[in-house]
Amino acid sequence: MRERASTLTTVESEVRHQIVELETVTVRFAGDSGDGIQLTGTLFTNTTALVGNDLGTFPDYPAEIRAPAGTLPGVSAYQICFSSQDIRTPGDQPDVLVAFNPAALKVHLPDLPEGGMILVNVDAFTEYNLKKAGYTSNPLEDGSLAKYRVYKIPMTTATLSALREIDLPAKDKERCKNFWALGLVYWLFDRPLEPTLRWIEERFKKNPAIAQANATALRAGYAYGDAAEMFTVHYRVRRAQIAPGVYRKITGNEALALGLIAASQLAGRPLFYASYPITPASDILHELAVHKNFGVRTFQAEDEIAAMCAAIGAAFAGYLGATGTSGPGMCLKSEAINLAVMTELPVVICDIQRAGPSTGMPTKTEQGDLLQALFGRNSESPVAVVAPATPADCFYMAIEAFRIATKYMTPVILLSDGYLANGAEPWKLPSIEELPKIEIRFRTDPNGFYPYLRDPETLARPWAIPGTPGLEHRIGGLEKQHITGNVSYDPKNHELMVKLRAEKIARIAEDIPLLEVFGEPEGKVLVVGWGSTYGAITSAVEHWQRKGAPVSSIHLRYLNPFPRNLGEILPRFEKILVPELNLGQLALLLRGRFLVDAIPFSKVQGRPFKISEIIDRIGELL
Amino acid sequence: MTHGGDGQGTVVKLTKKDFVSDQEVRWCPGCGDYAILAQMQKVLPELGIPREKFVFVSGIGCSSRFPYYMNTYGFHGIHGRAPAIATGIKVCNPDLSVWVVTGDGDGLSIGGNHLLHAMRRNVDIKIVLFNNRIYGLTKGQYSPTSEFGKKTKSSPMGTVEPPVNPICLALAAEATFVARSVDRHTDHLAYVLERAARHKGVAFVEVFQNCNIFNDGAFEPFADRSVKEDRMVVLEHGKPLIFGKNREKGIRLNGTTLEVVTLGDGITEADLLVHDEKRPDPAIAFLLARMDYPEYPVPVGVFRAVEKPTYDELVNAQIETAIAERGPGSLEKLLRSGDIWVIE
Repeated sequence: MRERASTLTTVESEVRHQIVELETVTVRFAGDSGDGIQLTGTLFTNTTALVGNDLGTFPDYPAEIRAPAGTLPGVSAYQICFSSQDIRTPGDQPDVLVAFNPAALKVHLPDLPEGGMILVNVDAFTEYNLKKAGYTSNPLEDGSLAKYRVYKIPMTTATLSALREIDLPAKDKERCKNFWALGLVYWLFDRPLEPTLRWIEERFKKNPAIAQANATALRAGYAYGDAAEMFTVHYRVRRAQIAPGVYRKITGNEALALGLIAASQLAGRPLFYASYPITPASDILHELAVHKNFGVRTFQAEDEIAAMCAAIGAAFAGYLGATGTSGPGMCLKSEAINLAVMTELPVVICDIQRAGPSTGMPTKTEQGDLLQALFGRNSESPVAVVAPATPADCFYMAIEAFRIATKYMTPVILLSDGYLANGAEPWKLPSIEELPKIEIRFRTDPNGFYPYLRDPETLARPWAIPGTPGLEHRIGGLEKQHITGNVSYDPKNHELMVKLRAEKIARIAEDIPLLEVFGEPEGKVLVVGWGSTYGAITSAVEHWQRKGAPVSSIHLRYLNPFPRNLGEILPRFEKILVPELNLGQLALLLRGRFLVDAIPFSKVQGRPFKISEIIDRIGELL
Repeated sequence: MTHGGDGQGTVVKLTKKDFVSDQEVRWCPGCGDYAILAQMQKVLPELGIPREKFVFVSGIGCSSRFPYYMNTYGFHGIHGRAPAIATGIKVCNPDLSVWVVTGDGDGLSIGGNHLLHAMRRNVDIKIVLFNNRIYGLTKGQYSPTSEFGKKTKSSPMGTVEPPVNPICLALAAEATFVARSVDRHTDHLAYVLERAARHKGVAFVEVFQNCNIFNDGAFEPFADRSVKEDRMVVLEHGKPLIFGKNREKGIRLNGTTLEVVTLGDGITEADLLVHDEKRPDPAIAFLLARMDYPEYPVPVGVFRAVEKPTYDELVNAQIETAIAERGPGSLEKLLRSGDIWVIE
């Protein structure tokens, strides 16, 4: 949030560089997808978390594993915003761009504000690389970067020189240049090297030469900053004033995996997670596969359909069945999700949305699957839908998804997205005691047992698992007779069952938190968001509130059913703005459900909203 | 002795009746499915497994109504996906006896992928594929096992696609138990189903099943009582392949080819191929599977029965190993794993 970035004080450093204190800084690392950009950004994030800043990150990488080196499509980037204040996004614009080659500079320069700092690897600015990036002249020499603060740094040669004593092929040494650059950025922002040195030692335990080379490069980059005369100052961002507690850094996918495990622990039933690899959901499968000592069974299925069906089988057998995928996989799973609707079995389906339609842009974020989650199946097919608002919220919503699924005997779709999945933030760890309990009650009594005899309060049918004597019964995708569960084609029965399934989902509204309005309970503009746009929307609304403007916001983490006070809140505002990373799907729902003039604010560029974009749009409505 | 639980932990004798559900069977009169249902209900009480431990899973098609008629746990799934549903059930509860009932369309067309992977993983489930070489429930289109050139509603000039041989497919997937029987050969069918039930690992059973409405008599040219002894050969482990009304014909392996020979004139039983269902390499089983009428007798029986670790067993063994090595998971510790920091 640049608007709050300000120079607070300037103090003499004990060495010869002055230290300038900043409140908020955004750094973007950019280079070839083979340069180790994501790793560099992640390590910088880990250290930044440990020094106690608030932070948000935005990894942005190509779908190709190794696109041709030096080309524009091959550029991978990682942005981190860190602050001594409470922040909610990875920052609108970078203050500092670390560009490892001309292509990275070309792709990311348009995002840099005037006066922004550029650290470039001057060694990579060869005629060949410039040509590949589409430069006709060298931007470092032709004056086109005059409005920026450019630092031309020989990262490759400095790395090779630092590693001259180490016995490794030159090619391997050159690959250490990301650690060298990381060391320099650590110096620039006055961060300790120890967390990264510890990581290097652990990661390259079996390859001491590589470990030594990376550690040496890291130290050399740091020392370069300290010794170079080109830097007159370096910067410090103080520990953030955030709530006391134990923290860790967490991405959305990590939080989701931990949340699924937590749900299993809270329910006292093992987790069965079936998935087919797909970007950006695969990391959930990877993470869960590690935690077998929690009784987690992971199943890498032969396809998306099998993953969903196996999760249904697991649920039938009494496990917490879950699957994870992204949009294209949701299309394939939809028939089987409907089977879970009809058989009324608790399965959690995690959709890590990405830009579509079809294969779309696999590594880019979007919120395009909302209507698919609600309606993308044949006939009347109500399912519960939840959407975490931040990376750490994925943990809580995974638990919530299973709480709802098992209490109401229904599939629940959890809508995350690429931005939440890969983005990181500090997470104040909850105490286990404050997590909700998930009560599982298997039916065991054969007396009066009917597979579709419903709980009068929740309308859930009994969960009777194979192996229970006396409860042998058959379920399936054919319409069921009310109570007995026998196959029925009776017209009135069908209508009754359609309505019962809808009513069951509607009743969940009684069991989820009411919406809290951020700001005044009535006013001129209400901004309504859902899912991953929480950070940008809240920051933008806060901006206007500080100026005294009558702007409030609400954020939906429950999309089906909606929280029961939504309909009361909407009419209290003159204008309703709905920012979404789609063409207005929530806006359509609000209009249809509540007859309000919801104004869609769409962005479909595979990128999250900038705070400034929402600030400007709200401004137009005031 | 046959046993089953009565819910009180004591052992009671189960009979065929215990496996008959209260649902009216709605297959067409004369359908081969009835015979298979009857044999299944006859075999299950013989296994000593309590009734509540059986789960029948199916897809879509005439055969897939099967679970409704069994008084066990049952799951009538969606088209072709029964092996995936069954895999989830079996991995989560390896104590269960999990059966998949499928057809040639369900298992080999829309669900071919799942069938393949359940077999190559060796999930300990029993798959019974009712092969009537036609789509019955959708009223008479050709199926992936319909013979080349078959005229149906959707192929008025005859099909132009060669059929798949289900046994060859199962062998190619290296299923650990592969067998075939015929709906009307009731004793043999019961034998094969019981063998499948007792096999540890995936069991694939193809049953030639007559659809008397849309493909009547499809197997009669070789399976009819009057001709079967001359036109079919029953595979029996450790025995030479002999067939014929007077048991005068046999199968000999000549190089990499099977040939039909007549005993006598210098050819004796010792020259014949001796069936070895336990042979690890499925190559000869594959040669047998390719035998078809009229060039050869059609083989029935157990093509292959080998032991390998099952998928569900291996998955659950990894869980036990992980718990033994790392101790049961602690959520508290898990949340605090990695780098943490404290804000005072």
